[in-house]
Amino acid sequence: MKRRVLPGLPLSLGITLVYVAIIVVLPLAALVFKAASLGPEDYWRIVSSDRAVASYRITVLCAFAATLFNLVFGLALAWILVRYRFPGRRIVDALVDLPFALPTAVAGISLTTLFAANGWFGAPLSAIGIKVAYTPLGIMIAMAFTSLPFVVRTVQPVLEELDPALEEAGQTLGAGDLSIFVRVILPLLTPALLAGVSLSFARSLGEFGAIIFIAGNQPMETEITALLAFIRLEEYDYPASAAIASVMLVTAFVMLALTNLMQARALRYTARA
Amino acid sequence: MSAGKNRRPSRVGDAPLFRRILLSVVLLFVAIVIVAPLLVIGVQAFSMGVTYFGATIAHPDTRHAILLTVVTALVAVPVNTVFGIAAAWAITKFDFPGRRLLLVVIEIPFSVSPIVAGVAYLFVYGLQGLFGPALQAAEVKILFALPGIVIASMFVTAPFVARELIPLMQAQGRDLEEAATSLGASGWRTFFSVTLPNIKWALLYGVVLCNSRVMGEFGAVSVVSGNIRGQTNTLPLHIELLYHDYNAVGAFAAASILAMLAILTLIAKVALERQGAGRIRRPSSLAGTEPQPSEAKP
Repeated sequence: MKRRVLPGLPLSLGITLVYVAIIVVLPLAALVFKAASLGPEDYWRIVSSDRAVASYRITVLCAFAATLFNLVFGLALAWILVRYRFPGRRIVDALVDLPFALPTAVAGISLTTLFAANGWFGAPLSAIGIKVAYTPLGIMIAMAFTSLPFVVRTVQPVLEELDPALEEAGQTLGAGDLSIFVRVILPLLTPALLAGVSLSFARSLGEFGAIIFIAGNQPMETEITALLAFIRLEEYDYPASAAIASVMLVTAFVMLALTNLMQARALRYTARA
Repeated sequence: MSAGKNRRPSRVGDAPLFRRILLSVVLLFVAIVIVAPLLVIGVQAFSMGVTYFGATIAHPDTRHAILLTVVTALVAVPVNTVFGIAAAWAITKFDFPGRRLLLVVIEIPFSVSPIVAGVAYLFVYGLQGLFGPALQAAEVKILFALPGIVIASMFVTAPFVARELIPLMQAQGRDLEEAATSLGASGWRTFFSVTLPNIKWALLYGVVLCNSRVMGEFGAVSVVSGNIRGQTNTLPLHIELLYHDYNAVGAFAAASILAMLAILTLIAKVALERQGAGRIRRPSSLAGTEPQPSEAKP
């Protein structure tokens, strides 16, 4: 039995393809083309230069630390939002999305002011010898802030759907709270946690606006890869900028594939539960 | 614990002491990580008095930055909305080869760093790019001008409307539209009287989030705008400029406008979520184009 075909395919698909081609595919293809036109030797020399490698290391390490923080804090935040009732819960729930709603430049100057040596948090921290602003710690905080909602928002729905009977079964069998959490609840949350973590990590790798204010931007020390691509551009070193940006692009594609894999798994898991 | 047999056994983590400690620790972190950054914007913005705040906002450069930001949004958001609707209609109402690939491509901007996007645009429209020389010969200015800012904003927000509509329209199926057209309604009529009422909240949700991102975009726009004071500075770029001019108070005054926008966005988001928007999220582009088993009910 053939389905009746709705009208509008040529128009809607036409608009979609033209838009995607001009806005998304063309610039990325141009970037890849530019990077490819360098030739393998020049390309390798640029992307494996000391300064570039240092920037990868800083970016990846800080993103890793920020993601680890968000894993723990995001899980705890999702937990209190779903399991506990307290005054202001809805406001906290709405505020979780603030890092997505607040422009990154605004977040950048705001976090820098808070964590600078004379800031609300920077002053007490520097009194005990911890410098945050203009150090990798600052980069980590900016990354943690901008990717905060991911873990919360992926874990929250799974936690809401969790069957209380599973916990009761554990309790009847004599297991303590910690044991039930580790052996029953955590495994059920793992796919959602992994999905949230991979999104959070990917976002941290590409973040720019919030970081450049707080980072200090010292080459080899507090310079992230996105900034290096930007600096090469300002120096009119276009091939270097293209090469470094292409490394970020490839990383983004790898992360995209990975997050999709994680999310597909998380989804299958939710569907089965 | 064993106060009565009828009582539901307390759930994991409900022990009063544990509960209190966890709640306090998490809320403390919420205050530090989320509330304080918001609060400090207001405090800093007014730290030199209301008059100074007013003077910063009324400064021609700030006013021009606001204007440029609004104009960018007025162009980018509607165009993006039309694209989002077209993409959702094509992908959910028809079967064609390459549908899944199209879904993935639409979501690419979501995972690409805004800086990469900005750099990529230079290699299309810049002098060292594909069309640069031809554009210069024709005296068409795209980069370091409004068109560049608009298209860079379109790149970073390309998935925003589509990703709200696609899962919803997927779940709603095609039956209603098919009934309408079989009763003789035209395609446009079907869309406006059948489809649109069913997707209006999700559409508005996507538009609100898209607008928020366009008005706040920094990375991509800072690459393509050229940062010319009083000419190609959007509000986020203007904030950076003031901040690096050692005018932190001015920067925060300008930032407070965007912070207000963020708060309004959050309020609109909550209100729209109460109407059911944002519920059916297709968490992934590769997870499949079939209706999600867990949430497939229209």
